[in-house]
Amino acid sequence: MLKIDNLQVSVADKPILKGLSLDVPAGEVHAVMGPNGAGKSTLGYTLAGRNGYEVTAGSAFLNGEDLLALEPNERAAKGLFLSFQYPLEIPGVPALTFVRTALNAQRKARGEGEVSAPEFLKLVKQKAKDLRIDFDMLKRPLNVGFSGGEKKRMEVLQMALLEPKLLILDETDSGLDIDALRIVSEGVNALRAPDRSMLVITHYQRLLDYIRPDKVHVLAAGRIVASGGPELALELERTGYDRYAAEAA
Amino acid sequence: MNAPVRLDLRDASTFPTRRVEDWKWSDLKRFLRDAPAVSAALAVAPGGPFAALGGREIAFGNGVTADGAAEARFEGAGTLRLRFVSEAQATGHQARATVVVPARAELLVLESYEGAGSAYASNVTLGFELGEGARLTRIVLLEEPDDAISVSAAEVKVAPHAHYTQTVLASGAKLQRHETRVNHPGHGASVRLDGLYVLSGSRHADLTTVVDHQGVEGVTSQLTKGVVADSARGVFQGRIVVDRGADKTDARMGHHALILSDKAEVDAKPELEIYADDVSCAHGNTVGALDENALFYACARGIPEHEARVMLTQAFLGEVTDRIEHDGAREAAQAWLVDRLEALL
Repeated sequence: MLKIDNLQVSVADKPILKGLSLDVPAGEVHAVMGPNGAGKSTLGYTLAGRNGYEVTAGSAFLNGEDLLALEPNERAAKGLFLSFQYPLEIPGVPALTFVRTALNAQRKARGEGEVSAPEFLKLVKQKAKDLRIDFDMLKRPLNVGFSGGEKKRMEVLQMALLEPKLLILDETDSGLDIDALRIVSEGVNALRAPDRSMLVITHYQRLLDYIRPDKVHVLAAGRIVASGGPELALELERTGYDRYAAEAA
Repeated sequence: MNAPVRLDLRDASTFPTRRVEDWKWSDLKRFLRDAPAVSAALAVAPGGPFAALGGREIAFGNGVTADGAAEARFEGAGTLRLRFVSEAQATGHQARATVVVPARAELLVLESYEGAGSAYASNVTLGFELGEGARLTRIVLLEEPDDAISVSAAEVKVAPHAHYTQTVLASGAKLQRHETRVNHPGHGASVRLDGLYVLSGSRHADLTTVVDHQGVEGVTSQLTKGVVADSARGVFQGRIVVDRGADKTDARMGHHALILSDKAEVDAKPELEIYADDVSCAHGNTVGALDENALFYACARGIPEHEARVMLTQAFLGEVTDRIEHDGAREAAQAWLVDRLEALL
């Protein structure tokens, strides 16, 4: 599904990722854990195609497609979805309008027909109910004045509607209380499927109690320095990142 | 307060220069040195951009009505389409109109500046009078050639308990100035002055307003937004004066603009002059680029960059058109905005 090989990325001429390699097979959930400044968010932004994240070497393929050759919207149409640590407020654009515009843009890029307004509404109503999102909230400008939990639930709603192949969750647990964390995690877990992979980027082990990974990778100083099963996350929780930070340096 | 300039196209000594404070960003004299020759009268067929909304029509063609008059007066309620049609080559014309809304009556004025031809100069002087409890909604659409000079100045007299609401939609010209001066009596009267400018090329639009609060408990709300591309220039001057004794005045003014190119310019001067003690006044002014983070967020969800730019810019500016309460007028304003943005972005 996702194959990253020797990825090197600079931001403002400063090397952040220094040869990162990662392989996430279809249907698997992989966690990337690491200390602050290791390059966790850079990994998500680079895969999504943000300006200012300059790839100096290496490659990233999604189902055989060269991600790095595509515009951000084309990557989304190929099935990549980055869930933002801090979802942006979009003043003046109702959440419903935003998501329908995104869905139809992706469908158009794939040569599929548009989803009609009634079909879309029906779809949204069910998914919103599952996520305990008040339908009236969807008529408001996306994320404007929403609480941290509401914004993250909106992210999960968008995932559920856009049906990506690869989900990248960037610090999805930040700013969430326990109840919100549970609802968001249930929403993400409901999306687990044999043809869908997930990359869960997180500083803390806490999120992985809810979204159980098949594999855990440690990212330190721009490289994957250790990989293992879910037990690796628990070990990190006990011992911290110091050992890996020292090794990487 | 500075006395307003009384522009007369026949007399070049009345043309303001940038040394006149209120005209410092719209230097008329620079573009118009001498009094232009007078435009020939123009016959105007009924219609215009608001034709679908019906109502009475008063049309000036190069400054002259169908009856050959340079001045018109309307008193009444309902809908009035006030059209200033210009079609001239390097000549000038001026027109004058007075609109009176009787006590407790309600009037919608759809004012359009429809320009064709080139390098003409147009000067329009307007007076609006609202009786007690009257309600006047004024929608102004300025669509003129990029080498035209167009000045429009209105004096608005509001009575207690009356409501005056205006929305100006400007696409600029070589120099386009739309000025509104309001006498606000307070005492339950409310005034709303909104504006929108969408400018490309080397177009220039100047939205200038002055509200003078003369009595207690007056409300003014103002929202102007704009976007400028290429080497266009947007000017916003908003002054709210609260006279001594005009206590409990509530006035809010906002001006927010997007600049899409390094050569484009926005000049803004929001001013509050407060001589009363117990008032609630605020103003906000921002000028900047489109939020790149929001743009990336939209693209990352699959929306192509051009479409995302149009969507975000439209949403930013649409706040102004959304405030228009009259359904037909709001839809016309929204359609104008979409057309203008498609051409701009």
